[in-house]
Amino acid sequence: MNFSLRFRAAVVSIVLFAAFLGIWHLATRGTGAVANMTPEYAKLMGLTATAGKSAMPGPLDVGAKLWEHLKQPFYDNGPNDKGLGIQLGYSIARVGLGYFLAVIVAIPLGFLIGMSPLISKALDPFIQVLKPISPLAWMPLALYTIKDSSISAIFVIFICSVWPMLLNTAFGVAAVRKEWINVARTLEVGTIRRAFTVILPAAAPTILTGMRISIGIAWLVIVAAEMLVGGTGIGYFVWNEWNNLSITNVIIAILMIGIVGMLLDQILARFTRMVTFPE
Amino acid sequence: MTDKFISIEAIARRYPGADGKETTVFENLWLSMNRGEFGCVIGHSGCGKTTVLNILAGLDQPSEGAVIVDGQAIEGTSLDRAVIFQSHALLPWRTVLGNVAYAVTSKWRNWDRAKVKAHAQTFIDLVGLTGSEHKRPSELSGGMKQRVGIARALSITPKIMLMDEPFSALDALTRGTLQDEVRRICLETGQTAFMITHDVDEAIYLADKIFLMTNGPGAVLAEIVENPLPKDRGRIDLHRHPLYYALRNHIVDFLVSRSKTFTATVTDHDPRNVPIVRPGKPELVVAAEAGNSIQASWPGLARPSTSS
Ligand SMILES: Nc1ncnc2c1ncn2[C@@H]1O[C@H](COP(=O)(O)OP(=O)(O)OP(=O)(O)O)[C@@H](O)[C@H]1O
Ligand SMILES: [Mg+2]
Repeated sequence: MNFSLRFRAAVVSIVLFAAFLGIWHLATRGTGAVANMTPEYAKLMGLTATAGKSAMPGPLDVGAKLWEHLKQPFYDNGPNDKGLGIQLGYSIARVGLGYFLAVIVAIPLGFLIGMSPLISKALDPFIQVLKPISPLAWMPLALYTIKDSSISAIFVIFICSVWPMLLNTAFGVAAVRKEWINVARTLEVGTIRRAFTVILPAAAPTILTGMRISIGIAWLVIVAAEMLVGGTGIGYFVWNEWNNLSITNVIIAILMIGIVGMLLDQILARFTRMVTFPE
Repeated sequence: MTDKFISIEAIARRYPGADGKETTVFENLWLSMNRGEFGCVIGHSGCGKTTVLNILAGLDQPSEGAVIVDGQAIEGTSLDRAVIFQSHALLPWRTVLGNVAYAVTSKWRNWDRAKVKAHAQTFIDLVGLTGSEHKRPSELSGGMKQRVGIARALSITPKIMLMDEPFSALDALTRGTLQDEVRRICLETGQTAFMITHDVDEAIYLADKIFLMTNGPGAVLAEIVENPLPKDRGRIDLHRHPLYYALRNHIVDFLVSRSKTFTATVTDHDPRNVPIVRPGKPELVVAAEAGNSIQASWPGLARPSTSS
């Protein structure tokens, strides 16, 4: 009885998942024919009413549909019927672009804020006011000024991922141990070289933590943003399938959003581990 | 008088106090050392030893006065003055070799990798860390980390080594071997060294001159004790030397009682001509610095003009 903790945890996970599927299946299964209904009404309501079938799809329906999606993720039958892979691809591309722009802006600016008390104090009021604004609140302004829904979504991703990175970079840079800075000073290392050889490696774990928080937020926001701007993307897919009353597809989309979000987080977690140094 | 290699002239360091007033850690502090000398500062916690060392390193600026090294007033930090930090201050993301090489490339920017590596390796070997070049600081013991710190400081062949309680965090055994190594290296290379310590025996073993500081705030350099023990003293039989106890007792006496009462009882102390003491001679000889003995009895006249 000496299985590793990991193995036992996996067993419990599988059991929980099976139990979840079982309850889901039982809860959504049909309850048999329902009497006392005019034929017209029964026709109108479909199986939901006549066979007592729940409107909620069961795990088997979702599984079958998922298999269908996985078989051809990249089909494209016009604007309202694209493969799940294509929709996810649009979303990942928007997140990637907005996030990349945020990195370009936040990390140098964070360095500046962390290294210069003057700039830190001067920018502080702006950051304090801008940071708590919901990224979606920018959407109308973005749509009005940019006049392109896709770029507006990218802008929204940029604005929501910039803050955690900026604040973490500034904090990480400002909190670099004084003695490491002093080592660089006694060795007459210039400012630029000091920034790259001492401050960047010392602050890297904190910066990467900020980047990890940012990618999480960006992925949360893209779904909402795409529901608003429409056209393409997994967020739009969810909304579109809701309008089609295809709950099965909505559930599949939710599952996919979760999996992609986890993967993005894992990638950043791996980078964080790479730059973390033991003390 | 011999040329002073290091000359600390009338420095003061003040911090803004909590109630708007300034607190003076020390003021009008004079201290000088000759080339190749080993100086140790002893004083109670908080008297300003680290502050003096940081000013000498260029990491801190004096509120008044100046520090002159090799005929030039210092301006910030310099590769000529290497610092061995109490907390070793190794960069944890670099290996042993990487840490030493960082110092080497900082001094000789256009050296190629092979040359930097060979140079760094020489100093890693010197402190006895051959074989651990590719370990990271987290994989080293406290003593080994401090050795890397020493190797890093020596690798830039500085004119002066500044050490702030470099061995205080180590166990007695490791401390002993590192003291031996520092002494050997300093004697071999004729290095000028300035070290802060709380350990009286460490000071007696290593130092040519021991600077005694009174308690702060308003600390003064009370006296300079010249080490009467022979240059070829060994750490093991230090305490067998006939002059050892006289010297040790003198320093301990100072730390236990005189450091507290000094400023109150000695009214004619001239910070510019601090008495030089050589314990263990037939009797305690207290002599003012040669050539300034007349001034010494006129403390009022000896106040130097301060430049800022
Ligand atoms: N940033 C600061 N602001 C205000 N006071 C300071 C500051 N740094 C040091 N001091 C004061 O200066 C005095 C001297 O400090 P210093 O670190 O030089 O002492 P020290 O002799 O090295 O003590 P220790 O033996 O404990 O290391 C202390 O009384 C301390 O309170
Ligand atoms: Mg100190």
